[in-house]
Amino acid sequence: MDQLLQFFISGLTVGSIYALVALGFSIIYNASDVVNFAQGEFVMIGAMSAIFMLKAGIPYPLAIFLAILTSATVGLCLEKFAIEPAKRATVVTTIIITIGASIFLRGAALLIWGKDIYGLPPFTDNTPIHIGRATMLPQNLWVMLGTAFLVIVVKYFFDKTRVGKAILACSYNKKAAYLVGINVKTMLLIAYGLSAALGAVAGVLIAPITFMTYGAGVMLGLKGFCAAILGGMGNSMGAVLGGVILGIVETVGAGFISSGYKDAIAFFVILLVLFFKPSGILGKGEVERV
Amino acid sequence: MKRLLGFYIFSFITLVLPILFPDNYYVTVVGLTVLINISLAVSLNLLMGYAGQISLGHAAFFGLGAYSSAIFTIKYGFSPWTAITFGLLIVFLLSYILSRPILKLKGHYLAMATLGLGIIVHIFFVQADEITGGPDGISGLPTLSIFGFPIDTDLKWYFVFALFMLITVLLSLNIADSRAGRALSAVHGSEIAAQMMGIDTAKVKSRIFVFSALIACIAGSLFAHQQNFVSPESFSFFFSIELVTMVVLGGLGSTFGAVVGAFILSILPELLIVFEDFEVLIFGAILMVIMIFLPEGLFVAIKNKIAYLAFKRYQKEVANATS
Repeated sequence: MDQLLQFFISGLTVGSIYALVALGFSIIYNASDVVNFAQGEFVMIGAMSAIFMLKAGIPYPLAIFLAILTSATVGLCLEKFAIEPAKRATVVTTIIITIGASIFLRGAALLIWGKDIYGLPPFTDNTPIHIGRATMLPQNLWVMLGTAFLVIVVKYFFDKTRVGKAILACSYNKKAAYLVGINVKTMLLIAYGLSAALGAVAGVLIAPITFMTYGAGVMLGLKGFCAAILGGMGNSMGAVLGGVILGIVETVGAGFISSGYKDAIAFFVILLVLFFKPSGILGKGEVERV
Repeated sequence: MKRLLGFYIFSFITLVLPILFPDNYYVTVVGLTVLINISLAVSLNLLMGYAGQISLGHAAFFGLGAYSSAIFTIKYGFSPWTAITFGLLIVFLLSYILSRPILKLKGHYLAMATLGLGIIVHIFFVQADEITGGPDGISGLPTLSIFGFPIDTDLKWYFVFALFMLITVLLSLNIADSRAGRALSAVHGSEIAAQMMGIDTAKVKSRIFVFSALIACIAGSLFAHQQNFVSPESFSFFFSIELVTMVVLGGLGSTFGAVVGAFILSILPELLIVFEDFEVLIFGAILMVIMIFLPEGLFVAIKNKIAYLAFKRYQKEVANATS
């Protein structure tokens, strides 16, 4: 029982990170129909720039803020210089463009930060908290609470604010949105910036627990994609749910079966879910127009 | 003759190159990678380009072929050809059983499922070390002989790979122009419309999935024997993505597009080595630029351009003749 609780805590921590990445995926997917395979790179850029700004002597909170800003800028540039010019691109082509972008960003990170492994200090004093016989680090709490807070903010943003609703309008029908006076281009930029910022937060939150290298974004991005699909592509809350489930399945699988096979177990569960529910847990079945 | 003219010219170039430059590094070393990648890209294009079903796990079948050859020859002492047959049998069963539930999925969900399949197989290669040798892989594969002739030099391997690649290309070209190929493009266009025309879409998709997996499997066996060695690295999800990139870069749905894409992506890293640390960055940039400006793919874009110019010239001639 205690063991299960322990797995649950670690699973929820990893799952929170996946949830943030998946949320970023689904925001971009909703706004522009693009599956952004460079999403993991936002996480890496956020974490790495925070690490190096801290090293340069910038105070911790400011470094985090600047890191999020850096990543958001990269997101804006991605939209402006890679997605927007590709007007004739099909879905598969845009996937390859974002793969190209992720390789490009990884190449840039390699040049700037090198191949070494880095970590961030925990946000606050890191004495373990005991719950029964399970332990939890304050940083785990930061990750969970930070994610919960952001999910609520994002939900509020899309449900209540004008800009959020405008982005949603673009996702339903770009032409109609344009006709009612929404600046579609700006909305797309905002979506990319927001998604990159969320990725950066995920990176900063997780960097004190796991380590960061220039290539760490790939696996995180992949897991985020899985979480988004598991929850139902395009459904933001589904993405969050998918992330949490993926994180828990992974840690429980790693704990009870084998840590080497933990990714295989996670993917196996996803495949099973898809075989029985081909449009994800919260996804609506798609109706094909003939 | 005219339909396959491009194929004959291509075969001629492929087979003459090693005769002209038997000791050239780019022919006998890089060339082997190029040839195997072309076979894989062409087989993936059958599924992606013709039938419109994305697969991010093609490297899994390539890997299963390679590992079957390694395991059955070294651990169980079978002859190379028996091992290849076993590999084909395993891949056939696996792809056949998985094809229906997987291909029921569409779009991003299909991408996800095939990605998962690829990753699970790769993890199996890394983790099941009693069978697969773990991260270190298996080395010391016996030499492959064809009708008693041992294939023991890179130049001989070139011809084996080239022959295999040309057969794959020829099959792919012929499938496109056959009844099955038209059924596939109907499925690509609209599954419901295809069903209305009386096409059993599930069967058509499942068949091409199995067929393309089997080609990848043979390619894997040949690759394993040529390298004398298998390790999980060669069959990771990165390689699956690379294969998809080859197909899209050259031009989705065009056999020679896949050929061109595979050629470029195999040669490019060799050429970019001179940039050292900038290699990855430039590679990503080239990929992005090509896809942004030529979304239909390099080969298809150039082909369309030539057709367009020819048409313009023809128009001019007609105008001149009539005036």
